[in-house]
Amino acid sequence: MDKGTLGAISTVLVAVAFAAVCWWAFAPKRKKRFEEDANLPFADEQNGQKQQAEKDTPSTDDVARRN
Amino acid sequence: MSSNLVAAGDHPVYDYKVVRQFAIMTIVWGIVGMGVGVLIAAQLVWPQLNDIFQPYTHFGRLRPLHTNAVIFAFGGCALFGTSYYVVQRTCQTKLWGGWLVPFTFWGWQLVIVLAAITLPLGLTSAKEYAELEWPIDILIAIVWVSYAAVFFGTIVKRKTSHIYVANWFYGGFILTVAVLHIVNSAAIPVSWFKSYSAYAGAADAMVQWWYGHNAVGFFLTAGFLGMMYYFVPKQADRPVYSYQLSIVHFWALISIYIWAGAHHLHYSALPDWAQSLGMVMSLILLAPSWGGMINGIMTLSGAWHKLRTDPTLRFLVVSLSFYGMSTFEGPMMSIKTVNALSHNTDWTIGHVHSGALGWVAMISIGAVYHLLPILFGRKEMYSVKWINVHFWLATIGTVLYIASMWVNGIMQGLMWRAFNDDGTLTYSFVEAVQASYPGYFVRFLGGAFFLTGMVLMAYNAYCTAKAPKQQDAQADAEPQTV
Repeated sequence: MDKGTLGAISTVLVAVAFAAVCWWAFAPKRKKRFEEDANLPFADEQNGQKQQAEKDTPSTDDVARRN
Repeated sequence: MSSNLVAAGDHPVYDYKVVRQFAIMTIVWGIVGMGVGVLIAAQLVWPQLNDIFQPYTHFGRLRPLHTNAVIFAFGGCALFGTSYYVVQRTCQTKLWGGWLVPFTFWGWQLVIVLAAITLPLGLTSAKEYAELEWPIDILIAIVWVSYAAVFFGTIVKRKTSHIYVANWFYGGFILTVAVLHIVNSAAIPVSWFKSYSAYAGAADAMVQWWYGHNAVGFFLTAGFLGMMYYFVPKQADRPVYSYQLSIVHFWALISIYIWAGAHHLHYSALPDWAQSLGMVMSLILLAPSWGGMINGIMTLSGAWHKLRTDPTLRFLVVSLSFYGMSTFEGPMMSIKTVNALSHNTDWTIGHVHSGALGWVAMISIGAVYHLLPILFGRKEMYSVKWINVHFWLATIGTVLYIASMWVNGIMQGLMWRAFNDDGTLTYSFVEAVQASYPGYFVRFLGGAFFLTGMVLMAYNAYCTAKAPKQQDAQADAEPQTV
């Protein structure tokens, strides 16, 4: 196989891989799961999960300060 | 309920001692590294400053000391400290590794001290950002592998089912830097203080810039993006704008960055196709870079008013703006015809500092301001007003620096390529140096602004650590962790 063909094949493979990552990330099936995962930085606080629309309350981060 | 949550009241005890140590050393090495930077900037304005203590204070010996100190001492400590903090908080478990944890701290400090001794002595392998001689390189490799063990060991014993995206970025950075460092530092030692690269000619140059650009891509980008994905949501008090986008961001960024190094070798002995490949990959890199930047900035959507009152958040968000600027500028400069103008001029220095001061330093400073009150058990920093003063010193300093280097760089590039009708050069080289003089002074001024801000930060941190501990609402306080 010459260099050109090899290059073409790898370009296609990378494009497929990219599409696959996008599909995996954005499939509606996993939407809820990722919303929960996005809350991980807040999960070890006392007030737990946060919603994007929630009204702003200053994070006291009490748990962290106690530790 | 998500499996990511521990039961209420079941709060893990974290190892904050090592985070505290790294956070403090981030500030200390920041002042040292930027101080040397301001000194060498001053040397370009007042050349007699080279003679403070020759040959040790010569520009050629202090310049690698500056780059090593700001990248690996300041940036490195920030990355170690924040990654140890983030991995514990998002995995809800204490650091794994026992004695390996303090070993990574003291080992890394030893590397920095050895660099500060050997570089002014003129002991160098002459590879940019990898100047340290082989015994120190081996020490770095040992410390780095221990770091990887601690970090991934902690991830393995996590109490959450999912590995938060910040840890993916930190993990990618740790693994890739290990590979880059070990491959690029391969050398044949001829004595304790002298070695020769294992590679030769154009292959050596390509390995060096594969390493060199990924020092930017993984050390100075992926690691700090990990920082961004934790501290921006945390300080803004809302989850990241799109978690899905962060996944695509991660995979796209790490798989493209690794190919971009060849753009440092445009119009060199490197084969033309390799140069073009480096250029194309650099151009594609704009997409994941801006995807990440937008994801970070849009996290503030609906909470923009917080920027008015929270200078720490300002640091974090403005760092993302500078990240966006420099990741637009980088791909543009990697285009061969643009590079023909910009190569070897001060434009490159300006571009680097737009990323280093604007992005890397500002996001680290924001993260450290977020961390210090938590690590010292305070409600907030000793003076929030001083954070704001620091913010403006840093922003004005960065803008002065990069604007003067843009002007200098484009002017130098144009003067070097100017021809007379008979084919002779319009300007001699020294005329371009002379014309750069005002820009060098403005650069010195910008650096001094930035350094002043760091000194103020150190004093603020000192006062925060010394302030009397808060007693209220601590009735059920758990014992201080070590």
